[in-house]
Amino acid sequence: MQRDERVFILGEDVGARGGVFLATDGFLEEFGEERVIDTPLAEASIAAVAIGAAIHGMRPIAEIEFADFIWPTINQIVGEAAKVRYGTNGQLHVPMVLRAPQGGGVRGALYHSQSVEAFFAHTPGLKVVNPATPYDAKGLLKSAIRDEDPVIFLEHKRTYRLVRGEVPDEEYTIPLSSADVKLEGEDLSVITYGLMVHHCLEAAQTLADEGVSVEVVDLRTLRPLDSETILESVRKTGKALIVHEDSKAGGIGGEVASIIGEEAFEYLDGPVTRLAGPEVPAMPFSPAMEAMYMLDADKIADAMRKLAAY
Amino acid sequence: MKIELPQVGESVTEGVIGKWLKQIGDRVEKFDPLVEVVTDKVNMEMPSPVSGTLSSIIAQEGETVPMGGLIAEIEVEGEEPASAVPAPIAAPQPQAVNRTGELLKDVAPVGPTGGVLNMETDTPVSSGRKRYSPAVLRLAGEHNVDLSHVNGSGMNGRITRKDVQQAIDQGVATTEPATAAPQTAPAPAVPGADEERIPLTPIRRLIAENMVKSATLIPQAWTTVEVDVSGLIQRRQAVRAEFQEREGINITYLPFVIKALAESLKENPLLNSSWGGDSIILKKRINIGVAMATSEGLMVPVIHNADTLSIAGLAKRVHDLTDRARRSQLRLEDVQGGTFTANNTGVLGSVESKPLVNYPQAAIMTTEAIVKRPVAINDAIAIRSMMNLCMSFDHRIMDGAEASGFINAVKARLEAIGPNTGIY
Repeated sequence: MQRDERVFILGEDVGARGGVFLATDGFLEEFGEERVIDTPLAEASIAAVAIGAAIHGMRPIAEIEFADFIWPTINQIVGEAAKVRYGTNGQLHVPMVLRAPQGGGVRGALYHSQSVEAFFAHTPGLKVVNPATPYDAKGLLKSAIRDEDPVIFLEHKRTYRLVRGEVPDEEYTIPLSSADVKLEGEDLSVITYGLMVHHCLEAAQTLADEGVSVEVVDLRTLRPLDSETILESVRKTGKALIVHEDSKAGGIGGEVASIIGEEAFEYLDGPVTRLAGPEVPAMPFSPAMEAMYMLDADKIADAMRKLAAY
Repeated sequence: MKIELPQVGESVTEGVIGKWLKQIGDRVEKFDPLVEVVTDKVNMEMPSPVSGTLSSIIAQEGETVPMGGLIAEIEVEGEEPASAVPAPIAAPQPQAVNRTGELLKDVAPVGPTGGVLNMETDTPVSSGRKRYSPAVLRLAGEHNVDLSHVNGSGMNGRITRKDVQQAIDQGVATTEPATAAPQTAPAPAVPGADEERIPLTPIRRLIAENMVKSATLIPQAWTTVEVDVSGLIQRRQAVRAEFQEREGINITYLPFVIKALAESLKENPLLNSSWGGDSIILKKRINIGVAMATSEGLMVPVIHNADTLSIAGLAKRVHDLTDRARRSQLRLEDVQGGTFTANNTGVLGSVESKPLVNYPQAAIMTTEAIVKRPVAINDAIAIRSMMNLCMSFDHRIMDGAEASGFINAVKARLEAIGPNTGIY
């Protein structure tokens, strides 16, 4: 925002409150209320205002307080923003970012735990990002803001407090659609993103102690997918496990599995396997049931063992 | 009806078409000999699986055909119920079919899968062995790995990509030399002025392939010991006439040697094994192959369960096999299942030889010519009948200590033969 005065923030509680997770803490003081705008509780209008401003040359960063409340924006984002460049034959475009904290494991139950990436990742014209580390979050958010088209920027709520990492003060960006091999290995590729990257790394450590070398690929961007990095890893190891918190059917894992099946079939030495959230309508409230719903390092390690032994 | 080359034998992957015994247009009765087939194990006459008229010959004489490959078509008159038609060759040689490996058709030569014949009886235990992942097939194809020689470490014994890579790294289980040698070393199309080109007979070609396999896939070491067989000669002389009269056959030295071998193999199981890539496969049966020169070439009929036979019993088996080998009447089971090979090179006058291990066995032993020689015994010189035993062995499976332990056990048994050695 210091670099580019076209950039502004809008959303519920982003100003005076500094964001419900304090993501914009201190922004109001530094940039003033014309660039840090507290909006009414109306997600469709947050998205619509952002689209209009973007079309007119601004670089809005719209925040949906919880991804669970992103559904009113579907018409604006999927129905309009994604199609503006195509529909106007390139005359108009929508350089906006829609940020939203998502994911479970925070005792958030039905309306503060949802994973929404698959709905947007299905849509041509959108980009979908889900960083796992502080370093990646900075580099990817800068790229998202500077991108000429709409980017859905999803942040896992648990990573706000659970994950700590060095973030250099200096300027850097990470290209969208670039997956990152977070851990190199030989026996098995685990392809994941978001919070699950950390659980997978923990499980990989357990497997390493058992003599199985696991490679962990962090997708970072879910649309467009970095097929090259996925395929390179799977061609090396011959086995692929895809892990995500979101439910399985129709999820990102199916897309990744298809890419592997189409492009790396001859390299496969085991079934491409998905480990994902259960086919249950929503996150349960009971802590015990929430733990059952969520994936963790133990569950992931079991899936890794099974595929490694195949 | 399409006639396919029947799948016979555990490690047989292809056969060479010999002489067609029926010509196109000939009437063929079910079980009539149809064509001669030469495999690396044996020659056989393939019986016709149906009655009809031979309408076309697809595989010509001398052509190499993978097991299951199409070789001919027979026009079958009338409606012959499918259930009445046995699977090719199944009826005449059921024991061969039961042990048959599942062979991949129209695929690079990767060999039998070691599965059972019936793909439909798909049990969880066997399915892992039969189906290969794309990565395994690709890697095996690139390196010409015979997957039947690769041990699976995956779930339910599945062969994993790592297993294949390990096999490649260890340099075992490759079919390349065997298949590539004859193909990549063609004779010059036009022989030189002072040369004559002799085309290979099918059996010569197969012997050549097996020898290349042995020489390239097995790191072989060689050892020899001298044996005083004076006692053996005397014992044989003593029983010879009576044995001839009673049994109607001549008793040679060979049954005595096989007896000593069988007993020594029992004591030294490593010699009765195969290299398994990441393990050693001990064979529980002692099946001793005996190399024989026949008019068609080298044959190695097998005396199964040799450890259960007396010297007289061995003499009869040797006589029977020799007789049938000479008359080209060996059956497939006669040459299958060998776990160790003996070769009497002495009959050729040799006093020392370095045999090639009969792949994939662990060792081969020769008995050399018996020669009377002066020998020092108790610091005095005596004339004794001496014979060398020479042995080549797979040095991956054992070291000199085990090999010497075995060959010295054979030597001790042969030297212990005396007037009291029983024949029955």
